Amino acid sequence: MANRIELKNHIREAHLFNRRALTAIASVLVLFVVIVIRLVDLQVINHEHFTTLSDANRITINPIAPTRGLIFDRNGEILAQNLSAFSLDLIPERVPDLDETLVRLSSLIAISDDDIARFRKHRREEQPFDRVTLRYHLTDSEVAKIAINLHTLPGVEVNAGLIRDYPLNKLMAHVTGYMGRLNVKELQHVDESNYRATRFIGKTGIEKHYEDTLHGTVGYEHVESNALGRTLRVIKHVPPVSGQNLYLSVDTQLQRIATIAMKDNRGAVIAIDPSNGDLLASVSLPSYDPNLFVTGIDQASYDEMRNSRDRPLFNRAINGQYPPGSTLKPFIGLDGLAANKVRINTTSFCPGWYSLPGDDHKYRDWKTAGHGTTTLNKAIVESCDVYFYDLAKALGIDEIHDFLTPFGFGARTGIDTSRESPGLLPSREWKRSARQRPWYPGETLITGIGQGYTLVTPLQLAMATATLSHKGQGVTPRLVYATQSSKDQILHVRPTQMRRPIRIQRNKDWNDILDAMREVVTGIHGTAHVIYQNEAFPIAGKTGTAQVFTVKQDEKYDAKELRKRLLDHALFIAFAPVDKPRIAVAVIVENGGHGSSVAAPIARKVIDAYLEGL
Amino acid sequence: MNDIASTPRPRWGDRRRARFLVRGLHLDIPLLLILLVLTAVGLVVLYSASSQDHNMMIRQFTRLGIAFAVMLVFAQIPPHYFEIWAPWVYGAGVLLLIAVLLVGDEGKGAQRWLDLGIFRFQPSEMMKIAVPLMVSWYLAESPLPPTKRQLFKALVLILIPAALIIQQPDLGTSLLIVSSGAFVILLAGIPWRYVGGSLLAMAAMTPVLWYSMHDYQRARVLNFINPERDPLGSGYHIIQSKIAIGSGGLFGKGWLQGTQSHLQFLPERSTDFIFAVLSEEFGLIGVLVLLTIYALVITRGLYIASLARSSFSRLLCGSLTMTFFVYAFVNIGMVSGLLPVVGLPLPMVSYGGTSMVTMMAAFGIMMSIQTHRKLLSS
Repeated sequence: MANRIELKNHIREAHLFNRRALTAIASVLVLFVVIVIRLVDLQVINHEHFTTLSDANRITINPIAPTRGLIFDRNGEILAQNLSAFSLDLIPERVPDLDETLVRLSSLIAISDDDIARFRKHRREEQPFDRVTLRYHLTDSEVAKIAINLHTLPGVEVNAGLIRDYPLNKLMAHVTGYMGRLNVKELQHVDESNYRATRFIGKTGIEKHYEDTLHGTVGYEHVESNALGRTLRVIKHVPPVSGQNLYLSVDTQLQRIATIAMKDNRGAVIAIDPSNGDLLASVSLPSYDPNLFVTGIDQASYDEMRNSRDRPLFNRAINGQYPPGSTLKPFIGLDGLAANKVRINTTSFCPGWYSLPGDDHKYRDWKTAGHGTTTLNKAIVESCDVYFYDLAKALGIDEIHDFLTPFGFGARTGIDTSRESPGLLPSREWKRSARQRPWYPGETLITGIGQGYTLVTPLQLAMATATLSHKGQGVTPRLVYATQSSKDQILHVRPTQMRRPIRIQRNKDWNDILDAMREVVTGIHGTAHVIYQNEAFPIAGKTGTAQVFTVKQDEKYDAKELRKRLLDHALFIAFAPVDKPRIAVAVIVENGGHGSSVAAPIARKVIDAYLEGL
Repeated sequence: MNDIASTPRPRWGDRRRARFLVRGLHLDIPLLLILLVLTAVGLVVLYSASSQDHNMMIRQFTRLGIAFAVMLVFAQIPPHYFEIWAPWVYGAGVLLLIAVLLVGDEGKGAQRWLDLGIFRFQPSEMMKIAVPLMVSWYLAESPLPPTKRQLFKALVLILIPAALIIQQPDLGTSLLIVSSGAFVILLAGIPWRYVGGSLLAMAAMTPVLWYSMHDYQRARVLNFINPERDPLGSGYHIIQSKIAIGSGGLFGKGWLQGTQSHLQFLPERSTDFIFAVLSEEFGLIGVLVLLTIYALVITRGLYIASLARSSFSRLLCGSLTMTFFVYAFVNIGMVSGLLPVVGLPLPMVSYGGTSMVTMMAAFGIMMSIQTHRKLLSS
């Protein structure tokens, strides 16, 4: 029985298959007929048309690169522009003997080994029919020398092109970033057709973040050429659309003043407008010449910059992560008031050290003799550590973490530039997952004075100060305040992005903290009293000193240099004028020693220059 | 059941020689002859497309030698072995695909190769046979037409390797593998309303995908659908290949006389766009000859399938044949501007080795199905 059913199925299946196979062969024939119809259309009906295109003339399509948008500062001073320059290009496919051609070219004009090495590297990445540049920035006499020999150099071309130029050189390098040659990996993340004629792409900073805005849209032309490849006429011309111009919030003059004030120090200065988040200055020192990167930096110079202990390529303003030190105290103090742990005049006695019950470890104050009886106001003005050990213990790490988070600590600010660092605001949760350890009470104490795990970027510190100065109304910082399309030249202002305001029970608590910060400058014992002399605008601030605990000891260092690098980082945050703050500043001087003597005067120069209207 | 022992010693008469080819070497003579003609046509076109490059010709000859040897080997394996091996080959293939994603070599920006020290191996190529093998095996296990549940499982079997290959990323091969599996399901007798339903479902999915894509990805999809939108990228190929085809006319410009191809206006002229060279130099007549040869291969393949004794052999042979058709149709459609640009070669004509070897292995399997059936029935 079972056998019979199987047999029946077998026959049925065979029939089913045969029906399907017939359908298949019918579909195949139908689709082949479709192909034949298409080919009759191309080869018989439109034969004349295609013969014309093919026989007499041949069409090539040449892409035309769009002109990249310019970058201006807030006053229209140019930060990045395009200069026309001649380049020496080779089309490897058309060069009969590459090595011989390179030798001949070297005898005509100066071509370094680096140029040749770079050329060979790029050639491997390109198609043989693509142009590969051997030298950029040809001088007029070099162009002439090549031009008269061009007929004996098949596959060699001299082309005029636009090269990115940063006229302010080192001053704005970290802000604008730089461009470089488009590589294969980057090509996968852009619309390949739109970049068909593009040879450079933004690599860092604004150039990278606003790549799409700056780039523009490619154009092309259909060119009729004869069999020898000579152009006969242009049939169709679709012009490229230039990229948009960018207007930065940064003020070049203020940037220059801040840079000069920093002298030879390493560090960063951020100046921000608390009302709209405009970055008025963003200084990171030492800096570098962005022009070196555009046409390709030679390996030796690049290695030197990368391996330099001063790390010139590192943008400290948004990537430098430092312990905030005592600059965190106003924020912790505000937390104490908001959480009803203290009032501004709540006293505590500072003997110069502090210890936890049942633990004989002594947490020291920077002032060995102690501050004596101290109020919160005095603790901020004189930067008493013991008061904040005590307050931090009363608050607990969870409260501190939750209160500081809305100020922007421990998270990227969302500024419109590439690769911002997030800093670190520690919590019980964080330590458990990142370090697999429980939180120890002593760690809460040192968090209270801005040491321990906490890390901030200068940008975060400036934004938090701005938020504090506007009593909790924060704003996302921005570098580009307007874009300008090439078509209508109209400025499109980017909207200000306000952060969610921080609310606390009593408005007076804000005033208490801001008053204390004012007294840091005005008070005879204030840690930044040094900048009070001949004050032009009322400044409030807070000094900070961050311990340097990550120094790699390298035997090459001489002892004096090593001592210098073990010095604490000096920090200062400030805003002015006190009543109606128009500028907030964060200054970090690496290995600068104490915040008061080094960092505070820099902040004052920046504030004065800005408020005086430069 | 001892096939070899029961085969009489060959004697060298004309008919006997044919019997030896069939029984001793397990070759299907009609199919072999068509393939030889196709290969010859391919070499003639390639000679022109390669600009008479002798090195390329020698390499192509070597590959053809290997491909025919592979076909011969596969033809010797009785079909029931394929049935036994199907799950193992499929499983190994999927594991190799995962290995490629983890440790594969990158060639032209895509991870497809597995470096085995002595030679490099492309597991996605193996799946072109393993997927129809596996799906045929799975569906032929139970009575046909398959139930909904079986269909669902078969779809999963197809989509796992397809998803892995699309990660490499290799869209062409992935589509080919999906279609090879889909042909098994179609030939197994799936009701037509299911086919219509799944097409509708796919159409409904499109907007969801669209909104989850980046701008540059959308641009690529649009260029893919309409190459002329992108005259600097894929559109350039199509514009030039249409000129080549159209200017060929009814009789062509003559062998080695194609101007488009020889003045280097036509990119990829010896690989994916070789059909344009054929059309330019041999005209519509040449194209009709090629299409006739392809039609003969497909007809013979489906004929062998319908004669096969087991559902497994039928489904496998039918699906392999239809996959061959997809190659030809997609390539010609692409070069003549009917279909989007998918990187598939013109079967047995384009320069290049890997896909040719796989194709000949498939023909070897078809020959095995045909010749072992005759032995059993005699």
